[in-house]
Amino acid sequence: MSKDKAPMTDKARYARLRREAIGQGLRRMYDGVVHEPVPDEFMDLLKKIDESTDPERSPS
Amino acid sequence: MMGRSAMDKPSHSTSNSDDAFKTELLSLVPYLRAFARSLSGRHEGADDLAQETLVKAWQSRSSYLPGTNLKAWLFTILRNQFYSERRRAWRQEPWDSEKAANLHSYSESQTAAAELSDIARALQALPNEQREALILVGAGGFAYEEAAKIINCAVGTVKSRVARGRRALMAILDGDEQLPMSDRPPEGEAAREILSQLDRLTPNHGGDKRR
Repeated sequence: MSKDKAPMTDKARYARLRREAIGQGLRRMYDGVVHEPVPDEFMDLLKKIDESTDPERSPS
Repeated sequence: MMGRSAMDKPSHSTSNSDDAFKTELLSLVPYLRAFARSLSGRHEGADDLAQETLVKAWQSRSSYLPGTNLKAWLFTILRNQFYSERRRAWRQEPWDSEKAANLHSYSESQTAAAELSDIARALQALPNEQREALILVGAGGFAYEEAAKIINCAVGTVKSRVARGRRALMAILDGDEQLPMSDRPPEGEAAREILSQLDRLTPNHGGDKRR
């Protein structure tokens, strides 16, 4: 249980780690979606968006 | 050649610039999906939200100023869409923590996956303004200034929301507040897990752990 020369208490160390882990977690969560392959529907949507560019035609 | 000339007039008739705009939209779809899913906390519906954003963006393309941050412009649309829609429908659905756990697909280890789904869940427990600030700055990597434009508030406001959001997220994850789930590992476990993560992250810990 002895730490040789750690100025940081376990608690402080833990808190700092928590912050870093959460920051990383947030980025990983987001990046995980960014790196997913884009579903075909998006490509299809952008293809057919030409045919119906009328702003008045709102989907209901 | 499909480079857009810098001074494109916002005109619908130039199909050349429309094509370029479309290409840019497509390249930003992954970010729209990530923002939609993080913001809504749902898998279903998030892609719909991203698609509606594309349609809206396409319809309003004449109001986009070429050379400005298109991603931020799209995020602004998505955000508005999300809040107006949620007022209508999503609010009625009860929170489903089991679904929430499947929000994000992971390529990481199971442990990391569990951590991530905890974070995704905790994020949904935050007030809207803290959640969106944290997503934009903490996850999406937007500068405070950009996030402030997307949210339409002062830069200082974003800063304090991010800071408060971070603290709140930590409090939730550390168990000061209850998550809507039952099978969280006990405190000690989480702490040990984190410490062992540090050992892996810190370079000078090298391979040898002494316990």
